[in-house]
Amino acid sequence: MSANLINMLMEATWQTLYMVAVSTVIGAVFGLPIGTFLACSQKGELLSAPAVNKVLGIIVNATRSVPFIILVVAIIPFTRMVAGTSIGTTAAIVPLSIAAIPFIARLIENAIREVDSGLIEAARAMGATPLQIIRKVLIPEALPGITLGLTLAVVSLIGYSAMVGAVGGEGLGDLGIRYGYQRFMPDVMAMVVVILIVLVQLVQTAGEWIARRVDKRAPRNRGA
Amino acid sequence: MQRETTTGAAITFDGVGKSYPKKGGGSVMALEGVDLEVPPGAITGIIGRSGAGKSTLLRMVNGLERPTAGTVRVGTRDIGAARGAELREMRREVGMIFQHFNLLSSRTVYENVALPLEIAGRPAAEIRRRASDLVARVGLEALAERYPAELSGGQKQRVGIARALATGPKVLLSDEATSALDPETTQTVLKLLADINRDLGLTILLITHEMAVVRDIASHVAVIEGGRIVEQGATYDIFTTPAHATTRSFLSGVTGVTLPRFIADRMNAEPPAGPAREVIRITFLGDRATDPLLAQMSGALGLEVNILAGAIEEIGARPFGNLLISVPADRGAEARAYLESHQQRTEVLGYVG
Repeated sequence: MSANLINMLMEATWQTLYMVAVSTVIGAVFGLPIGTFLACSQKGELLSAPAVNKVLGIIVNATRSVPFIILVVAIIPFTRMVAGTSIGTTAAIVPLSIAAIPFIARLIENAIREVDSGLIEAARAMGATPLQIIRKVLIPEALPGITLGLTLAVVSLIGYSAMVGAVGGEGLGDLGIRYGYQRFMPDVMAMVVVILIVLVQLVQTAGEWIARRVDKRAPRNRGA
Repeated sequence: MQRETTTGAAITFDGVGKSYPKKGGGSVMALEGVDLEVPPGAITGIIGRSGAGKSTLLRMVNGLERPTAGTVRVGTRDIGAARGAELREMRREVGMIFQHFNLLSSRTVYENVALPLEIAGRPAAEIRRRASDLVARVGLEALAERYPAELSGGQKQRVGIARALATGPKVLLSDEATSALDPETTQTVLKLLADINRDLGLTILLITHEMAVVRDIASHVAVIEGGRIVEQGATYDIFTTPAHATTRSFLSGVTGVTLPRFIADRMNAEPPAGPAREVIRITFLGDRATDPLLAQMSGALGLEVNILAGAIEEIGARPFGNLLISVPADRGAEARAYLESHQQRTEVLGYVG
């Protein structure tokens, strides 16, 4: 493989990491409050607001039911508005984030719903406000689940990022399509696949390691 | 009778009812017409079967449930009417412990105890001092940095108790706090509660389905059945003179005086023809519980007495005995008259041929 190719692979890897990292951060920044709200706003719950909950749930479901490649194309005007352009790696962050927000929101909602309702009751009995219950009880207790959810989101976003070549986003997926497939360079395709596999493995392993570190629910060998 | 105390009740239930709307109209009554005064500085037990409404009743004291009728007062304040910040402030005056402990798995023992203080917005120095004191108070200094998953059930409940005391409440609510524990651990947790009651003058209201818990630490008891209080009073009186069938059925499990099977199977409500024996339950009260009364009666009446089952127990350091005997059926009335004249309570259970 030529030095040129190696450079291209390294650059594409960097672009993928850049897109995935930024859209994960944006997805988490919006997804955490939305997911928390979804988990606490059904009738009779902490932030009881059934109407808002329902509307938000429909929006989240609608976004998630659009295939990503369609979403990328459908929101091009919005992308242009936000990023100034609809073409390129930075522009690709917009559809990736839009896809990440509802996905992460649902994962966070699920993680928070796993928290034992007895803990909410105990905190209410202590005189905690709904916000204190969320901050001091629900989110810390849901942290192992949230960590695994975010890991899943990153892995999914790595997959999504391969499709943004459709709007001129670069990265590993785009490289694999343009060189590996359209220019019949199987070695490039193979390298792209290998790098993607390694990336996903690293993300998954790191996510599980962090989740284990924050999970105090099971007794473990201390200091072992 | 509590109305006469000058300090007033710690918790007052006044005509309390709770109904839930039923699907398709109508409503389900969970509680109805509950009047109960919980004396300050004492341990009061509410006993009932699951679904009797005792949990709903308890949870009204810290506003986790609201009455649909009547009022619940803690001290002089109506907690059922409190909302928002006022309700939260009142909740800090009422600690609560739970059957399944409800500790935060993500926090250490020390951090769990500190949580109510953080929620109350106390200064960091005060939180440190108070949480450390309380962890020591319940004997868990060595485990302060451990997580709940590393503790035994009894240790977890100790953390729960320390946490419930963190904001210095006047009242402690116990929701089946020992029901998930083995008998030995139950005893140590009950002892801790009794110690706290004595040392801090804390009012404790506990719900349980185990009469043994009431016997061991409660000075007052209310029996709840089908959403109503069917009997209430001093534990000693309830144990020695239960008036309601529900109370009796709870008691039969703890007083240890059930008839031996081979006699119970042959029991008749009326004396059978021919020679028969009358089975009598005697309840020995107070100081006389230890008198050799049967021997005296046997001598005085020239009566042959057969002892079938019996036990002497203590409730709050006052002994009471329960004895099942049989005497010849034709002399039963005579025997009962003798015992009653010596201030013992008797009850005819039946006859065996």
